[in-house]
Amino acid sequence: MALPKYCTPMERVGFVGFKVYCTAVLFFLVAPIIIIVPLSFNATPYFSFTEGMLTLDPSAYSLRWYQDMIDNPQWFNALKNSAYIAIAATIISTILGTIAALGLANRKMPFRNAVMALLISPMIVPVIISAAGMYFFYTRFGLSQTYLGIILAHAALGTPFVVITVTATLSGFDHSLVRAGASLGATPVYTFFNVTLPLIRPGVISGGLFAFGTSFDEVVVALFITGAEQRTVPRQMWSGIREQISPTILAVASILILMSVMLLLTLELLRRRNAKLRGLS
Amino acid sequence: MHLELTSLPSVVDMQDPLNEDQAKLKQNLQKAERKKRLRSLMLTLPLLAFIMITFVVPIAEMLYRSIDNPLIAKNLPNTVKSLSQWEQQGLPDKEAYNALAEELIRLYQSKSLPPLASRLNIEVAGMRSLMMKTGRKLSTFEQINDYKTAMIKIDKRWNNIEYWGAIKNLSSKFTISYYLAALDFRQNAQGDIVAQPEHRQVYLNLFVKTLGLSALITGLCLLLGYPLAYLLATLPDSKSNLLLILVLLPFWTSLLVRTTSWIVLLQMQGVVNDLLLYVGVISERIQLVHNTFGTVVAMVHILLPFMILPIYSVMKGISPDYFRAARSLGATPTIAFIKAYMPLTMSGVGAGVLLTFILSIGFYITPALVGGRSGQMISNFIAYHMQSSLNWGMASALGGILLLTVLIMFYLFNRIVGINNIKVGN
Repeated sequence: MALPKYCTPMERVGFVGFKVYCTAVLFFLVAPIIIIVPLSFNATPYFSFTEGMLTLDPSAYSLRWYQDMIDNPQWFNALKNSAYIAIAATIISTILGTIAALGLANRKMPFRNAVMALLISPMIVPVIISAAGMYFFYTRFGLSQTYLGIILAHAALGTPFVVITVTATLSGFDHSLVRAGASLGATPVYTFFNVTLPLIRPGVISGGLFAFGTSFDEVVVALFITGAEQRTVPRQMWSGIREQISPTILAVASILILMSVMLLLTLELLRRRNAKLRGLS
Repeated sequence: MHLELTSLPSVVDMQDPLNEDQAKLKQNLQKAERKKRLRSLMLTLPLLAFIMITFVVPIAEMLYRSIDNPLIAKNLPNTVKSLSQWEQQGLPDKEAYNALAEELIRLYQSKSLPPLASRLNIEVAGMRSLMMKTGRKLSTFEQINDYKTAMIKIDKRWNNIEYWGAIKNLSSKFTISYYLAALDFRQNAQGDIVAQPEHRQVYLNLFVKTLGLSALITGLCLLLGYPLAYLLATLPDSKSNLLLILVLLPFWTSLLVRTTSWIVLLQMQGVVNDLLLYVGVISERIQLVHNTFGTVVAMVHILLPFMILPIYSVMKGISPDYFRAARSLGATPTIAFIKAYMPLTMSGVGAGVLLTFILSIGFYITPALVGGRSGQMISNFIAYHMQSSLNWGMASALGGILLLTVLIMFYLFNRIVGINNIKVGN
């Protein structure tokens, strides 16, 4: 966006003001996240920049909180649990979500809107309500405080993202390709794996990443239905913040920020690839 | 002579089977289409079953708890029967005292009195100890002829219609008492619905506060997000993609990380206080977190991407020609923006506002961690009743009201945006 040459001084001032405002908003969005990273290298157990840090004195920086995190078996265990639970939940929600999206892609499907509303409801219902409902139900069937329970719960919370992204990808999918496959004698399953899936793969993967992110970041349901054995990273952070907040949390947070940057870049690459596959760019 | 080709006998003969074929073809096509539609439905069934079992049924069951009231009808059947004729005006007749006394003794001896007593205690404070005490003492008596005198002798509260009213009010298998309590009403001893005494009125204020805070947060998000979305939509792609990543970074960063960073930044010894002191805006450190202010700031930060992204995607589709046309017709930039551009962005604004509002009224984590005492919202009270007070019926009733609010919002969202146009991420 640029101003035309003929604009008045007032317009110029307004335009500069607008840009300053937008920069400030972007700063507000990003700064609180970025600032955590240098703070996590603080040599002192405080949450503020010390004199030494501001003058870039190397001795004011240290890796002690990272060391602390690695030495603490609880964090390592939490990371292992989070990864295990998120991967299992992602596999369930990606498979079930993709199959359902194949059906939902047909606009003439009976009860389509009702089915769609039900399938994406886990995304809409406030998570405290889901957690409370699951607590009662899962406890009754002996699923609370088990890995299976939390995996099923996270899979349910993750499926709407898979359904939405894959349905959106399928809306740009040329269905005559499936017919072509069928006319050449391929079974529907064969056509799916050899024609449809390669083309919608970016959508499936990004849906899966959303589901993974949802599970990896989920804390409320984890608070209600996991025990000490299934403690996840967010659950561990939650108690860290509630009980005594130590800079070790900043080290964990910095690593999570690094992870989200990587996830974001992966998604951006997938988006470009998808656009290319569909001939949009 | 002109002869219509189709009327030739030979052609007519040929067409009959053709017509037949065509009808058959149509039928076959319809059949195939129906089969295809059914197959689509079948494909969604596995996920539908999964969501039903792991998600919908648990929530439905929880909502059932908000009206479920089995304890009194099950444990005090005779008392309930003898109270059925009672008008809740004076004290109930002797028969009711006899029935209750006998049932209290039986329940006390089989050790099943505590849950019942706890349930009644939710309605009338002190009723738990009253029931337990009466049950215990009655069980020690050898032979009693006049239960009424005995009970009043044990505790003169049995002379008070308040406690009898509570039993009568809860005597049916289903109750609206949790919902009444969630809206700051109660049933008095006469069975009439009246407002709670003032010091017990918590929830209406809480709902008002939750809605008010959500509206404030949504408004702030719109104020911050709309101009930025406009900038993103009008910049050339190469630049806007870079800036978009800056918007998506918080979106993808763990909620707990973002909440942690606000606690760290805003605390007494935190960076923001340091900075404000250094600049000289404040002369001594101020409390910025563990109050409503902290909740609002952190939640605006967390929800801002949900406002920006839908507005941005609508703005991206608006041709700059409209703005230029308005300008060429003599409108000043401000007028052109307000009259020509803004109305076109309204569907995005609607989506962003509803999405942000829906997310913020159900928010739990951030108010719980940065809200302190004053920044608590409805979700936090649901968690409190689930985990601390163990008044699960109350938690379910509050959850039911919250769910209803969200569903109404979502219905509006669906009408404005359409359920099929929900996008996540970019």
